Parts: sequence; C-alpha cells; structure tokens
Amino acid sequence: MKVLVFIKRVVDYNVRVKVRPDGSGVDTDGVKMSINPFDEIALEEALRMREAGQADEVIVVSAGTSDCQQQLRTGLAMGADRAIQIDTDKPLQPLTAARAFQALVEQQQPGVVLLGKQAIDDDNNQTGQMLAALWGRPQATNAAKIELSGDTARVTREVDAGLEVLDIDLPAVITTDLRLNTPRFVKLPDIMKAKKKPLDVVALDGLVSDAGNDLKIGNWSPPPQRGKGIMVDDVAGLVTELKSRGLL
Amino acid sequence: MSEREVMEYDVTIVGAGPAGLSCALRLKQLNSELNVCVIEKAAEVGAHILSGAVIETGPLDDLLPDWRDNPPPICVAAQRDEFLLLSKTGARRLPTPPQQNNHGNVIVSLGALCGWLAPQAESLGVDIFPGYAASAIAWKQDGSVSGVVIGDMGVDKSGQPKDTYVEGIEIHAPVTVLAEGCRGHLSKQLIKHFSLDKDCDPQTYGIGMKELWRLPEGRVQPGLIQHTIGWPLDPRTYGGSFVYHLDDNRLALGFVVALDYADPAFSPFEALQQFKHHPRMRALLEGGEIISSGARALVEGGYQSLPNTQMPGALLIGDAAGLLNVPKIKGTHQAMRSGMLAAEHLHQQHQSDGLRSDGFDQALRGSAIVSELKRVRNIRPGFHKGLWFGLANAVWETATAGFSPWTMRQHADHTALQQNLSVQRDWVERELPPKDRLASVYFAATEHDEDQPVHLQILEPDVCLTRCAEEYDHPCTRFCPASVYEMVEDEQGKRLQINAANCVHCKTCDIKDPYQIINWVTPEGGAGPNYQNL
Amino acid sequence: MSKLLILAEHANGKLNPATAKCVSCAVKIGGDVHIAVFSDSGQAVAEQAARLAGVSKVLNIEHADFTDPLAAMIAPELAALASGYSHLLAPSSMYGKDVLPRAAALLGVNQVSDIMSVNDARSFTRPVYAGNAIIEVSVPEDMLVAATVRTASWAAAEEGNSAEIEQLAAQSERPSHTRFVELQSEGGDGPDLQTASVVVSGGRALGSAENFELIYQLAKKLKAGVGASRAAVDAGYVPNDMQVGQTGKIISPELYFAFGISGAIQHITGIKDAGTIVAVNKDADAPIFELADIGLVGDLFQIIPELEQALD
Ligand SMILES: Cc1cc2nc3c(=O)[nH]c(=O)nc-3n(C[C@H](O)[C@H](O)[C@H](O)COP(=O)(O)OP(=O)(O)OC[C@H]3O[C@@H](n4cnc5c(N)ncnc54)[C@H](O)[C@@H]3O)c2cc1C
Ligand SMILES: Cc1cc2nc3c(=O)[nH]c(=O)nc-3n(C[C@H](O)[C@H](O)[C@H](O)COP(=O)(O)OP(=O)(O)OC[C@H]3O[C@@H](n4cnc5c(N)ncnc54)[C@H](O)[C@@H]3O)c2cc1C
Ligand code: SF4
Repeated sequence: MKVLVFIKRVVDYNVRVKVRPDGSGVDTDGVKMSINPFDEIALEEALRMREAGQADEVIVVSAGTSDCQQQLRTGLAMGADRAIQIDTDKPLQPLTAARAFQALVEQQQPGVVLLGKQAIDDDNNQTGQMLAALWGRPQATNAAKIELSGDTARVTREVDAGLEVLDIDLPAVITTDLRLNTPRFVKLPDIMKAKKKPLDVVALDGLVSDAGNDLKIGNWSPPPQRGKGIMVDDVAGLVTELKSRGLL
Repeated sequence: MSEREVMEYDVTIVGAGPAGLSCALRLKQLNSELNVCVIEKAAEVGAHILSGAVIETGPLDDLLPDWRDNPPPICVAAQRDEFLLLSKTGARRLPTPPQQNNHGNVIVSLGALCGWLAPQAESLGVDIFPGYAASAIAWKQDGSVSGVVIGDMGVDKSGQPKDTYVEGIEIHAPVTVLAEGCRGHLSKQLIKHFSLDKDCDPQTYGIGMKELWRLPEGRVQPGLIQHTIGWPLDPRTYGGSFVYHLDDNRLALGFVVALDYADPAFSPFEALQQFKHHPRMRALLEGGEIISSGARALVEGGYQSLPNTQMPGALLIGDAAGLLNVPKIKGTHQAMRSGMLAAEHLHQQHQSDGLRSDGFDQALRGSAIVSELKRVRNIRPGFHKGLWFGLANAVWETATAGFSPWTMRQHADHTALQQNLSVQRDWVERELPPKDRLASVYFAATEHDEDQPVHLQILEPDVCLTRCAEEYDHPCTRFCPASVYEMVEDEQGKRLQINAANCVHCKTCDIKDPYQIINWVTPEGGAGPNYQNL
Repeated sequence: MSKLLILAEHANGKLNPATAKCVSCAVKIGGDVHIAVFSDSGQAVAEQAARLAGVSKVLNIEHADFTDPLAAMIAPELAALASGYSHLLAPSSMYGKDVLPRAAALLGVNQVSDIMSVNDARSFTRPVYAGNAIIEVSVPEDMLVAATVRTASWAAAEEGNSAEIEQLAAQSERPSHTRFVELQSEGGDGPDLQTASVVVSGGRALGSAENFELIYQLAKKLKAGVGASRAAVDAGYVPNDMQVGQTGKIISPELYFAFGISGAIQHITGIKDAGTIVAVNKDADAPIFELADIGLVGDLFQIIPELEQALD
C-alpha cells in the first residue's frame, strides 16, 4: 500500500508574525520556514505505518515554488521514499489544492492519504475534507489515533465532546491532530541519503486548471489589542461583575 | 557506550557564521573535490547570529567578486558617521575616531548575510547542517582532535532517552575548523586542553544587546551611523551604543558593555533600556515597534589575548580565535579573512603533504589580520583607567599608529567584580518596550524543549547560596539578559532556579560568573533563539 | 436578498449554543435565516432552533443514518439543500469544521473559515496565523458563500421566537464507507484543560504543591479545568502538562482565572483568546492587570476562600 502525505511550507511556528504596515500581508523576509507542524505529524504517522509493515511506500507531496523542495527534502530525510513538487507560484486556496491533490491521488492510487488538520498560516482547516469529498472517499479529521487493519482503519478523532471513534474503508483521507505522535528528529546521515532520493516536479496546470482560487483577500491588520479592563475592590465586587456578564 | 555512527569529511567546520562559511566557500573554490561540511546549532543558518553590523566589504569582494549584483537581503550603504558623548539629557558631538569612519562600508544584518552565504556555499557542494550542535570533541588515540560529536537528541530532563531519542553521530576529518564565534563551547575546552593561551593575556569580552525596530514613516535616515559613549554608563565602565539606520523604516540599535565592569549590582540589559530613554533616542523610538531582539558576547582582548590558533587536528578562526578589532567594533571582516586564510592554508597543505593544521598560526600572525590587531592593541586597555584617559590614549595610539613601545595588559573579566561597591546611577523611569527581560526574550523567539537536561551546568551549586550570596548577591540574576537565573524562595527554602529555556546563547554567564562555576554547554540542536534579521 | 442556511449542531436532544451564535452572524449578514437539523428524531432540537430570534424557518430532516453526526452522511445532504440559498453557515466547532468543507467542495466553492465580523453580505474578517493577523475575505457575486463562524466572536441569539418547522426527507445517497463506533467523553477529574470553558490557574505565588489544593477546590466548584504558570510547574507544584502559555497549552476558555501569576508575555500568549480574564495578584503593578478584564488586588490566600464562600 502507498501512503501519500501532503506537506505545506509555512512560516515556522516560532516566528513572531507581524503584519506589514501597509496591510499587504505579513513580514516574511528573513523568517524561518518549516513543514507545517500538523503535516509533519502526518508524515511521522505514515513512516510508522511503513515501519509496522502496513505500508510499503511513503510519498511526500507539496505544492509551491521550488522553495518547497527544501521541506520535501526534509520529508525525505525523515524517511519518505520519494517526493513530488506540484509547481506553482501562486498560493493555493483549499479547493484548488484539493483539486490538484485529487488528480495526483488518482494517478498514484494510495491506500491512505494523510495531511495535517490545518496549515498554521491560513488556518483554514478545509483541504483534507475537500479532497475526500472530491475523491468520494471517507474522511477522518483530527486523528488522535489510527489503527489499520486490512481494508479498513479505525480512527479516534478529537471532537469537542471528547474522542469519537470511526471505522472507515480504505482508501481514505485522514487529517492529523497534535496528540497523534511526536515527529522524529532527522539523523544527519539521512540528510545525505535524502539528497539521492527521487523528487519529481509536476506543473499545477498539468493536474488542474487553477479555477477555484476565487476568494478575494483584502486588507491585513494586526489583531485588536486586549485593553485594560476594570478593577474591583473585593470578592463581592468580583462576583457581582461576573454575574452581570453572565459568567456565573 | 555504544559505538556512534561516523561520517567522514576532509574538513569539518563548526559554526556557520561569517568565518565558517567563508572558509567553506573558499575551500570549495580552491578545490571542488574536497568534502566539506559545516555544523550549525541554530535551526537555520543565521538564526543565532547577532551583530551590528556595519561591515568592511573587502573580504566579500575577494570571496564573491560579483556579490553586488546579488546583494544580501539587508545591505545599506554607509552615508554619515556621528560620534556623540551623552550626558543624561544632553549630547556633545565628538570628532569621529578614524577607526570608526565608515566610508565605503555597508550596513547589513549579519544573520541575513549568513543566510544568504549558505546557499552559495551549498551550490558549490558544501554540506551545511543547521539544527545540529557539535557538543563534544572526538579524540584520536594519539591525543589529536579527530572531529566532533553531534549532541544526542530526545533526551529528557533527567538524562533518560525519550521515545524520540536519536544518538548523535561523530564527524571525523583530518582537520576540524572551530568557527564557533565568541566563547565557543568546544573552543574553550580546546584552548584549555592544549593550553593554547599560555603565552597570551586572558581573553576579555563585552556583551552586546541589540533590538531591531520599525519606526513610523519619515524618521529613519538610511545609511546614518551613530555611536555614543557616556551616559548611562559610569566613566569606569567601558561601552557605548550603536544606532544604524536601515531601509524600510527599520532601525538597528544596540548597546555594548565590557564585561570587566566592577559593580555586581549592574545590569547590562538595564543600561540598554536606559540608553533608549535618552531624550534623543526616545523621540526617535516612540510610536515604533520592536521586530526582533537578542544578545551576544563579543571578544575584546585583541592582540594581547590572541591564543595559539592551531592544535593537532584543529584550527581556531574568527571570533573563536578572538580576532575582532575593538576600536572599530568590527569582527566580520576579520572573521571572513581568517576563514579564507585557513582555507588557503589547508589547500596548500593538501597539495603538498596532506590536510594538516600545522603552520596556520604562523600564517595568521604574518597576515594583515593580525597586524591590524597589533596596531590598535593599546586602545581598549587604555580604558581600564576610565573614559577620559581612554579617549586621550586612543588619540595618542591612533596618531602613532600603534608604534608605542609598550603593550598594555588585559585581565580576566570574571575577576573584575568588586565587593561592597556602591555606584550611584542617575537612571530614569522607563516607558518604552520591552518592559522587562522576559518581554525582551519574547522577541528573540527563543525556543528549547523544556524536557531536556539543563544546558547551564553549575559546577559547585553550594557556592551560590554561600559565598556568592555574601560577596556579590547573585550577579547572575542581573548579567544574564534573558532572566535565566532567578533566586526563588518558597517552602522548600531559597534556591537558584535556572530557566534554561529562556537562554539566547550569548555566553555572558560563562564569562562573567566570578567563581567560573557556570559552564555553558550546547542544548539539543536547533534550540535557542530564532533571530530575524539581527 | 440573501437567503441563509445554518447547519445546526446538537447532541442528546439539545441544541448546541454554538448554533445560536451562528444565528447572530447570519442576522448580521441579513436576509432570510433558516436552520437545518439533521438527526434520527429531531423534533425537540428543531423546536429549540425555532425559538431563536431572527430565524424564519427550521428544516427538520430525519433519517436513521443521521443518528451520529458523520460528515460523509451530512455533507451531501447539505449540498443538496443548498440550491436556492446564498449562504451556507456552520459554527466553527469541530463538527462544523468537519462537515462544511466537505459540502463546499461538493458544491465547487471555497469556504470562508472562522468569520469574526461581517463587512457586508459577501465580505468578512477572519483570523489567520493563530490570531496574529486578521484578514478581509470576500466572495465573488453570484457564488454561494460557504462559511464557518468563529463562535467566540459572536453572542448567542436571544430566544422568544417561534419559526415555522418544515419536515423534509433525506434526498441524497448515503455512503456506507464511514461507520460510527463510539464517543468516548473524557473522564478523569474535571474537564480537560484544553477544552474547558472555565479554567482556574495558579502561579508561583501558591508556594507549594499542598497550597495548590486551593486552586483545585475552587476549580471543582466552578467545574473548571486547572492550569498553571511555568514557574509553578518548574517549582514542582504541579505536573508539566498543566502549563499554560507559549511552551505549554494554548487555550481559549470563556472565563480564565489567574491567581498569583505575574502575566509574563509567554504566559499571556497561551490565553490571549480567552473570553474574560480575571486576575488576582497582590502587586497592583503586575503586568497581568494590563490586560485582565477584571482585576482584583489582594492576597490569594484570603481571596480564594472568600470566593468559594461567595459561590455557595
Ligand atoms: C552587538 C554586536 C555588534 C557588532 N557589530 C559589528 C559591526 O558593526 N561590524 C562588524 O564587522 N562586526 C561586528 N560585531 C562582531 C561580529 O559580529 C563578529 O566578529 C562575527 O560575528 C564573528 O564571526 P564568527 O563567524 O567568528 O562567529 P559568529 O558570527 O558568532 O558565528 C558562530 C556560529 O557558530 C555557531 N556555533 C557556535 N558553537 C557551535 C557548536 N558547538 N555547534 C554548532 N554550531 C555552533 C553559532 O550558532 C553561530 O552561528 C558585532 C558583534 C556584536 C555582538
Ligand atoms: C521561551 C520561554 C517560554 C516560556 N513559556 C512559558 C509558558 O508556556 N507558560 C508560562 O506560564 N510561562 C512561560 N515562560 C515563563 C514566563 O516568562 C514567566 O517567567 C512565568 O510565567 C512566571 O510565572 P508566575 O507568574 O507564576 O511567577 P512570577 O513571575 O514569580 O509571579 C508571581 C506573581 O504572584 C504574585 N503574588 C505573590 N504572592 C501572592 C499572593 N499571596 N497573592 C496574590 N498574588 C501573589 C506576585 O505579585 C507575582 O506577580 C516562558 C519563558 C520563556 C523565556
Ligand atoms: S544563560 Fe548565559 S548564555 Fe544564556 S542568555 Fe543568560 S547569560 Fe546568555
């Protein structure tokens, strides 16, 4: 079985993101870029599937400019067998990404598709679900545990009320949450080995026409600052205040 | 201990700063067949680099003749120099010392410059490994250096492997080049082990703190270079500020204080914050915002403190050797030149009798790199006698181009603290951000997995609560710019709390601690600050 | 005029308050607001939905396959209902995030996630980069608006309405490839820190593990999760999975209590999206007061017991 993992190149989660003064976006010059942390968890899970003998090939895929080859190489160094870059210089909105991924999925015929529940830049939380819809296959989002057995998977998902357990038929799309695993460190010699693994480039237009990028993004602004609130004199004042806000 | 996996290279370079990267690039330019790697503890090349930085461009012209066609991301031509003596509210223009005349130089972010050099080195075939710390020396049977050990990853607080544990490998090479910058952790061990400093004065240091700001439209004058001395420092403390005007409404400002200050109650961080509240600075900064901030020690010992830079199997270059020119407050050109010199030396050796470290120290001492240091050797020590003597002496030394028949001595910084010293400081109420050191480290974006062994080793913990409490009242809680050291008192009694995760890898504690019982070691690779354009 | 359809979220015969918040957003957009309730027997939920002010119709779609809220079942149904509507909304809860993108893809449209505010019927603001930036997003004319609503940004719609309830039959194909097994609600003592709507945290000021009992007791009374500052964790008063902040948990409860926490930026990073922050600190200059919604200067060792009493 093949496992396909989609990974996105994003501003590293440690970077203090700042909106540019002209409202045209966030400052990205000189900032560190990384694999979206949820996607890294997805890749780790795929590697564990292969190590457990449940999968025989792990393919990492990323859509973007040639810059995202850096993240694909990291994915290869973590242990993926090969990589595919979907070449495009435009940031893709989720539907466009899902369409491109669907085309690739149909070419590659994986048994499991893994990706993060959301990218930490646009925070959309849509792509996995959209891919599953277009592909007409099951989805299990926010996975905290994945158990494969034959043609099905039992997935434990994080939901607001606790954990939900689903059985899904394969092939399927699974999106990953924080608790699923802790990604491995890359070993130095594996970085060298990764340089020799195959990395194919396919053009976005070769997969889809880019219709679907239709939301218009306008002005960017910094978040509203939390203002200074009120001071109360004693516990009675505190309780009154909480009650009046409907919080007690 | 199990056998570690070994990777072999012709030359291994520790540290992807200007010294290490120049060395790697030059090696590959001279001989593309050589296998060269560079180990860097920061998650990304440049993320642990903090500098001014106004740099001399000569070495770049040598190394990459076409660099101006594809300049580093921040690169603003120097326009005008200003040198000011500050009082609490006033400022007096002084003639710019010739060493600080920056005509022809450029203002860069050294971190960004390194991030720009790295891919150029990689395109020549250098293997660069950011995110890996060289944590120990690997030794040969014959007592020479065989290479470095990369730190283990995934070890918990108590030293036990976690489920992500990965054993670090060894990297062996005929020659290992230490380019760790100021107070390198391995360089320090090697200098001691091989007594490389037996014929020189102790190395001396300063701590430099820097903030990158974005100011409201119209305030920044790209290319303007300002230095100040005087307030908020007392005349017996050597140091001053730098303010460099970049493009895009960005301003780099910083403060350097020599670590031979005497007052245990002094806080370098506070000095920087005070400086920002001088009326001139305050007017400039108000309404702006901080983008990034951090701290890093720098070497100040110069010629007198230059150790032997070669040992069996290894070399020291750049600030790891101590090549910074203090009166110029520039070390980048020296770092780059020494990197290139090491490369050229190794290449020659390789062509004659194989890669060896022999002869490098002599080549270095015979080069322009060291004669530049010799010429200015008495300027910094002149300030041991205070600001006024220092300034007068500097004029003398400059006029005579360093031909004074004498050489002033250096003293180790950790011996400089004095007990029962009380220095009056006319410091002001602060309003500009950051409020405190914790708010400042936030902009260093420093990050360490908290579940790992503490990388600040206290060799004799008893001293903290006994001698140090009495003699100096815990100066570590003040000299560390990141509030790593805290004395806390609760039901378990009084103790030293080490917030290792706050550390920005400046190395000040390792230098200034009066008992020399703080040992900075490398944390897990990739941990530490994530400087953005510092 | 806009015609909006909201996907109701419910469990055990109760409408989730997130739906009422979604209604407020729909009312702000303006137009005819309908709510769709999918379940095996939804009359009770439909009646609750019909009471929400601003709703003109509730569609009650019952089918045995809708017993458990599976995206693979609901999304095609929702997509089939969408024709005739200009907007399709769902709360940005785990449920809404699961279902709505699947429906949007079936309809061939992108989704706007986490609406914070409404500029006009087709233009909204939403957070990106974990709330560190806010962007304006607009949907072209003539295209269906599919969106999730950030519940923390909206108050619940009032009750007191009685909208029409229409019974509809399920109309699309229901796949068998996805099967519900069970829901495990997280047990243990008190709610989970990550998801609790009230959190009580203590800092280094507690002074010992024993004293931290004060925090646990108060939390129990408030049915709250328990958190701590790094200083409290490092001192060994509590285990490290209780750490709130930059290197700990990032949480957004509706109500957050900080007792004896100074308010360092690294701690604040973990709670900046909390609804209401209450701070108790004996130092009137503590940074936490700069952003607390309600501040009280005093000794926590007196205030916590008093507060407990007042809650009885
Ligand atoms: C505040 C300040 C202002 C300055 N202003 C100027 C100026 O205006 N102009 C100028 O020319 N110079 C200036 N300097 C000096 C200049 O920054 C240094 O001389 C120069 O950076 C030295 O280069 P280097 O390559 O030797 O070391 P560094 O630049 O310090 O680089 C060392 C690298 O090695 C890495 N490293 C260290 N140890 C290890 C290890 N064990 N394993 C893996 N990696 C490791 C570090 O992370 C770092 O990336 C300034 C310095 C400071 C602190
Ligand atoms: C890289 C990095 C990551 C970090 N990550 C985190 C993180 O994830 N979470 C986190 O919390 N911190 C984090 N920190 C640490 C943070 O900067 C602070 O040091 C920490 O939050 C302080 O905890 P505290 O407020 O409990 O302690 P203190 O700062 O010591 O504050 C104690 C407070 O209690 C008050 N007080 C004392 N006695 C009483 C009393 N009897 N009644 C009422 N008030 C009293 C005092 O006035 C004081 O304000 C991080 C720091 C760094 C640099
Ligand atoms: S602990 Fe030492 S090296 Fe780290 S920031 Fe503080 S003084 Fe610098």
